[in-house]
Amino acid sequence: MSVAACPACATAPLATELAKLERARVTLSVPDLRCAACIQTVERTLNALAGVRAARVNLSLKRVQIDTGLAPVLLIEALKKAGYAAYAFDAEELGSEADASGKDLILRLGVAGFAMMNVMLLSVAVWSGAPGATRDLFHLISAAIALPATAYAAQPFFRSALHALRAARLNMDVPISLAIVLAAGMSLYEALNGGAHAYFDAALSLTFFLLIGRVLEHRTRAAARSAAKELSALEVRTATRKFANGTETVPIAQIAVDDVILVPAGMRVPVDGILLSPRATTDRSFLTGESAPVEHIEGVLLCAGEVNLGAPLDIRTTAVGEDTSLRQIAALVETAEGARNTYTSLADRAARIYAPLVHLLAAAAFLGWWLSTGDVRHALNVAVAVLIITCPCALGLAVPAVTTAAIGRLYEMGFLVKSGTALERLAEIDTVVLDKTGTLTKRGFDARAFDLNAEEKSVLKALAESSAHPLARALDQSLAEVIPATLTGITEHKGQGVSAQHCGQLVRLGRSDWIGTTGSGLTFTAGPRILDLAFAERCIDGADALPESLDRLGISAQIISGDTEARTAALANRIGIKSWLSAVSPAQKHGRVGELSRKNSVCMIGDGVNDTAALASAHASVAPGTALDAARNAADIVLVRDTLSDVPRLFTLSRLAVHLSRQNFAIAALYNLIAVPIALAGFATPLLAALMMSTSSLTVLFNALRIRWTK
Amino acid sequence: MNVLVILIPVSILLGGAGLAAFVWTLKSKQYDDMAGSAARLLIDED
Repeated sequence: MSVAACPACATAPLATELAKLERARVTLSVPDLRCAACIQTVERTLNALAGVRAARVNLSLKRVQIDTGLAPVLLIEALKKAGYAAYAFDAEELGSEADASGKDLILRLGVAGFAMMNVMLLSVAVWSGAPGATRDLFHLISAAIALPATAYAAQPFFRSALHALRAARLNMDVPISLAIVLAAGMSLYEALNGGAHAYFDAALSLTFFLLIGRVLEHRTRAAARSAAKELSALEVRTATRKFANGTETVPIAQIAVDDVILVPAGMRVPVDGILLSPRATTDRSFLTGESAPVEHIEGVLLCAGEVNLGAPLDIRTTAVGEDTSLRQIAALVETAEGARNTYTSLADRAARIYAPLVHLLAAAAFLGWWLSTGDVRHALNVAVAVLIITCPCALGLAVPAVTTAAIGRLYEMGFLVKSGTALERLAEIDTVVLDKTGTLTKRGFDARAFDLNAEEKSVLKALAESSAHPLARALDQSLAEVIPATLTGITEHKGQGVSAQHCGQLVRLGRSDWIGTTGSGLTFTAGPRILDLAFAERCIDGADALPESLDRLGISAQIISGDTEARTAALANRIGIKSWLSAVSPAQKHGRVGELSRKNSVCMIGDGVNDTAALASAHASVAPGTALDAARNAADIVLVRDTLSDVPRLFTLSRLAVHLSRQNFAIAALYNLIAVPIALAGFATPLLAALMMSTSSLTVLFNALRIRWTK
Repeated sequence: MNVLVILIPVSILLGGAGLAAFVWTLKSKQYDDMAGSAARLLIDED
């Protein structure tokens, strides 16, 4: 009971509460957004709610941003009624929506583009034969536009070149920066001294085309990274803390040691803790690879990340945040990460050959002309022309253009490529190591093994459908083609099972101990009929065709699993893999991948914490979207769809990408073979330079687009 | 050639106006949702 001086004061707090609330912004993920009608429905539904000030849909990211004081659950409810499944984001995890570096690049691109077009206007006048004073005037105006524009727009290249030079290396940006700076400088000198040729438009075109490459590359990678970050942000980071007289919802980061936490059925245990409930069943497969549920009794230590498969349980926290065993395993990953950074990309390898060669040619041209004519100015002009015309444009675009097109294509197929060099590394793979539990198999049931007639099956399906428990959902999926019967009086008994009435009979689906039988999994009763439903591992869609398709690509596959020998052998035989290891610990997995990596290029596909060290140290790695956060972060590529059938195409596409990159290098080299002699002979005018640059860049870009038209 | 005294400043001014317009579109977040902008064309609101 709060004491107030007057009735107004009693209501005042409400106003301040409201004012506090009003400033909140909620972002929801709505994966089913597809078209204009969806945008309209979602925005209309949300705007109709009292308390919502504005709602805006972002169709590209499949999100809604709502300016409101309402709690997310109310918004999700409203959307569910309108027919759209919505999920809340953890705001911190999502980070800021603005993509600062992307916007920065586009701004520089815009400046370069406008400057280029204006200077080109003036240059065309000069090329068509403007005489004497007019030509000089145009040159000076071009200088006034071009110099500030390049100084601003070409900064990304300058920065990258300086960075490489400081590390005593040469990368592609060094000759590019040199060409831009020298072209601008030489042209300024020529303009101030009434010279005939000025290369301002060449410098600007160079900047413009290369920035296009950078922007495209950045956008595609940003889209994939943002989608991957979304997967993390969707994991709810709150838990229920129990007090003497009630419960409250707290962010996981605020849980302290000795807090009592309630873990509902189907949720992950948020922290390490001692079990307070008399009994519990959990799924430890992410940690050890073991697919069988583990039974616990009171007093046992549970680890963060285990999934609660039984009734809601209570734990007393013993370790939080960095101290949990989950984090300790993930720490193994940090040490392995360093190895990845020593990989030299294709672009850098090409730069190593190209950069010194070009500098030598330009220097040789300068020396040759100077020694033979004694004219420093003309010699310098020719040297700069050589630098520009050796088409750093095409070479600079060769790899980014292909990578962008390939990553975009893979994004449509359901692969999120997070790393820039991932495709090159994937093309070199000859061995694939697969994790078993969670990657090749999922917890489930084998419906064909059940001894039920059609009517009983439809009742079972209806019961399974009505529960949100993970086991019920797995059962529902294994009975996919069965039509559910109609039941009445459906009651869910939290964590124990579901009961209902069918044709006057009591039908139940639930844990064996709840129903009263001695089975170890689920039991189904329909009147007097009782049937134990045994767990079986369900192969993920596409797993059985995978070894064969990989074999056709010349890639050998093996399974390394933490599960028992019997189950690993059974799965290996089922899908046709001849080499496998079982009962392997996380450190052993990491070691084994390291061993294999000495002779082969290994790609690791895994999902659990026991895979993270292996994922980070393998030559390339893939994690399914359902994997744990740590595994998704450690992997190069995240599989969003729930199927392995596209994985062979990942390898064929990356091989094609490398092939096209090499083709692009060849195209650029061809242009150079034609253009360099012309430049060396002193015939390279700015017009010719501009033409060569444009055609070579466009050819390279179109060649890269071919990847979008392959099957 | 005297006309150049007018034409050149005018063309630079127009170029600058174009650049300013581009920067405005960038700052008002018009490139954040390309697919959405395309779809919204089809929405039929009175």
